[in-house]
Amino acid sequence: MSPAAGRRMSPEIALLLAEDGIANGAIYVLVGLGIVLVFVVTRVIFVPFGDILAYAALTLGALERQRLPGTVWLVLTLAILASGMEIASLWRNKRLRELPRSLALFGALPLLPAAAVALAAGRDLPAAPAIALTLALVLPIGPLLYRIAFRPLADAPVLVLLMVAVALHFAVSGLALFYFGPEGVRTQPLLHATFRLGALILPGQTLIILVACALVCLMLFLIFTRTMGGKALRATAVNRLGARLCGISPSRAGAAAFLLASGLAGISGVIIAPVATLYYDSGFIIGLKAFIGAIIGGLVSYPMAALGAIFVGLLESYAAFWSSAFKEVIVFSALIPILVWRSLAFGHHAPEEDDLAEDIAA
Amino acid sequence: MTTRRLLPVMLALASMLALPQVLGGYALTLLDYIAVSSLVALGLVVMTGAGGITSFGQAAFVGIGAYASGWWTTSMAGSPFTGLAIGLVLSGATATLLGAATLRLGGHFLPLSTIAWGIAIDYLFGNLEALGSHNGLAAIPPIDIAGISLISERAFSYLAWPILCLAMLLCANLLRSREGRAIRALRGGNALAESLGIDPFATRLRTFVLAALLASLAGWLYAHLQRVVSPTAFDLEAGIEFLLMALLGGAGHVAGAVLGAAVVTLLKDALQSLLPLLTTNSIQLEAVALGALFILILQRARFGLIPLILRFFPRRQPHAIAEASPLPRRSRMRDGSSLLTVEAVSKRFGGLVAVNGISFELRANEILGLLGPNGAGKSTLFDLVSGLASPSGGQIRFLGEDIGRLSTRQLARRGMARSFQHVRLRPGMTLTDNVALGAHGRSRAGFVRGALRLDRAEERSIRFEAARQLARVGLGEKLHARAGSLPLGEQRLLEVARALAADPALILLDEPAAGLRRKEKEALAALIRALRQEGVTVMLVEHDMDFVMNLVDRIIVMDFGVKIAEGKPAEVSTDARVREAYLGVELADEEPLGRDAVETDASGVEAA
Repeated sequence: MSPAAGRRMSPEIALLLAEDGIANGAIYVLVGLGIVLVFVVTRVIFVPFGDILAYAALTLGALERQRLPGTVWLVLTLAILASGMEIASLWRNKRLRELPRSLALFGALPLLPAAAVALAAGRDLPAAPAIALTLALVLPIGPLLYRIAFRPLADAPVLVLLMVAVALHFAVSGLALFYFGPEGVRTQPLLHATFRLGALILPGQTLIILVACALVCLMLFLIFTRTMGGKALRATAVNRLGARLCGISPSRAGAAAFLLASGLAGISGVIIAPVATLYYDSGFIIGLKAFIGAIIGGLVSYPMAALGAIFVGLLESYAAFWSSAFKEVIVFSALIPILVWRSLAFGHHAPEEDDLAEDIAA
Repeated sequence: MTTRRLLPVMLALASMLALPQVLGGYALTLLDYIAVSSLVALGLVVMTGAGGITSFGQAAFVGIGAYASGWWTTSMAGSPFTGLAIGLVLSGATATLLGAATLRLGGHFLPLSTIAWGIAIDYLFGNLEALGSHNGLAAIPPIDIAGISLISERAFSYLAWPILCLAMLLCANLLRSREGRAIRALRGGNALAESLGIDPFATRLRTFVLAALLASLAGWLYAHLQRVVSPTAFDLEAGIEFLLMALLGGAGHVAGAVLGAAVVTLLKDALQSLLPLLTTNSIQLEAVALGALFILILQRARFGLIPLILRFFPRRQPHAIAEASPLPRRSRMRDGSSLLTVEAVSKRFGGLVAVNGISFELRANEILGLLGPNGAGKSTLFDLVSGLASPSGGQIRFLGEDIGRLSTRQLARRGMARSFQHVRLRPGMTLTDNVALGAHGRSRAGFVRGALRLDRAEERSIRFEAARQLARVGLGEKLHARAGSLPLGEQRLLEVARALAADPALILLDEPAAGLRRKEKEALAALIRALRQEGVTVMLVEHDMDFVMNLVDRIIVMDFGVKIAEGKPAEVSTDARVREAYLGVELADEEPLGRDAVETDASGVEAA
């Protein structure tokens, strides 16, 4: 691995790389927060998170180009699947009386944004309504995926849930390729101005990313500390059984966590789309890098996950400077020493795997 | 080999010879690819199915094997067999390094790390110019054996399938051997493995390397079958496909590897020919269909297809266990000689002193009970003695040796066996296999001997020993039942039999009566008494007064981390301090549940 020939690190370049890294890191913060949130509440490592992010970016891109985004079809497909599963399970449990509510929740509600987008598509939309429509459209994806893939396995070991998540990623990103094709999109910047901060030139979009990241973190903090629903989610994260005994429905908490995650994915997708060309499969790599950040935080602590995400962003930025070809190799290999450090620093024993015991097969 | 076992082998051989002759063209190609994928899935059957180590990154090892031989035979114009050796060495070394770094990780961290290094290795292939970067390597020569070029698919299948069958045979042997039992015990958690004298990390690492070598071998075949390699063949998607194959077939069965590989390969092929008829964007939907299939399997048939198929066949009659030469035994201790000495031992957790200056002695052929109310420090003391924790002060000597810093595994090897308060058995394994695990430390056949069946004499001795110990605890009629099918009382007896199979100098029983019904308690007490007659030394921690009083020779009572009484049951039960600390509230009760109720009532009264 040779350092890029003819390029020498200078303070200005270092600063520029740091700025770039922090902007990337801020995206990973949002994604990492979503992943930690879903994991602590449902024990699902939500690999398709990045795919929802990609859907959001591609949807916004399609709206800008006045096309009907394929996400509409995804939501439609998922809503039909989820409704079918609801009907089947209610039928089996002889609880058909709850059917109208279920169908409204899993069938009708997700179709509202889909219908709105279908109507609006093809018109020349200003940025704000286009973004609002995009966010509204990706919002149901998380809860629907939860209903279809994870809720039937609520009591399965973490490993089985992880395998389902990975398989789900392939299905969802395959559908993205099917609906959007292999072309990448890059949306219009939301802010054309640049700001000067001493020697630092701050592009408007970077500022938007940082502000959005800070606002979302603040919002999550408020939700988790001030609202009943947020506290219920935290309770479920701490002790599932205890939360259940207090009357918190685990499946409702799960759906709520996936809803929040979907929202985070949507926001991340919208703010990253103007600075990077995103393809149908870009989300996965973004998600994995955020994972690495989240794992540094041990998948449990939000501030640690955020710090880890910034670290990954910086590492990526400097790695790209030194050896752009091996950037990804460096970032993904970094996980291994980090994991080793974690396992040495936080206890030598692997956690008892009793609850994983009878997992995938006999 | 009996005819029962010979028949499927003969059938497999016959079809292996005949199929390539019958099939032609494209079907042959599929047949070859099934063999290659089966090899990778086979490694996953051993590693994930039996050992519980999930890897999404196996495709990276396939890639190492394929690229090594591809590079050697094209750029260096070398022989494919040297290429194979290079691939095996490289993937073995990579697996050892990665395994050493990650296999201590628990739960989901390990599979996540396999995603990370899987991607990193694949990116490496795509960025190394020597390996042709993103285009990969082309014009790889076919394998050539004794002048015969295996360039045709038919000829190739006569190489690939025998290799696969041999690998399956070796893996099946391995899983039935001593190390195979150890691999299967990994899923029971580290505490179980350690208590049996198994090194869980070393066993994991060997299993991981084995799976990597199988993947690398498959990569070698792949490179010389496809004659082209490129990084996309070894990406994460490929890794997940291999895992899907292993799970679909039934990750606990060697044959599941082939079944899974065949179903996935044929299904993919069917999708490739069907989907274009339905849509123009067919390639994308392949991943969708496979992903959906994977989820469906995990939701509906988590144990794969083989168990579903086996349901239609009667269970094979297990072999009767024949008398065999006994395993080596430990020299017997003289009655009354000192076995375990605990001297002024303390354990502090921060400011809390859980065990405070406790001393006692345990002599050979004695049953010692450790009693005390909840929170008295019994469990901590038990952990100190059994090696789960090390003392903050004082000394513990076992058979004359200071054991303060020894691990559970080292203690197990020195003759300390234990049972668990929450029974730790392998519910899917038979009683005989569970007890045979206990004899792990008394036998030595390794991976290679097990795979080559050079361990038969020792294995007969182990099984004979297991049967003997099962008969000793009264489970001699259920040798081949699954441990999970037993009621709790018998599971406790099974744990005792497993401990006995280690030929221990000392058996530690952690609350053996907890959760048992009266009849089960009586059976357990009778067994322990009978064991004392046979010269076994036992130390047990217990809540249940009745159970202990009529059973043990001596009692030590703890409260708030200190010893408050020691002596014969009759003496202790009249000790004023003991009555005050412990018996006063709980004397009359036998059932743990009932006792809790009394405790609550009593505190309620006090509060009032």
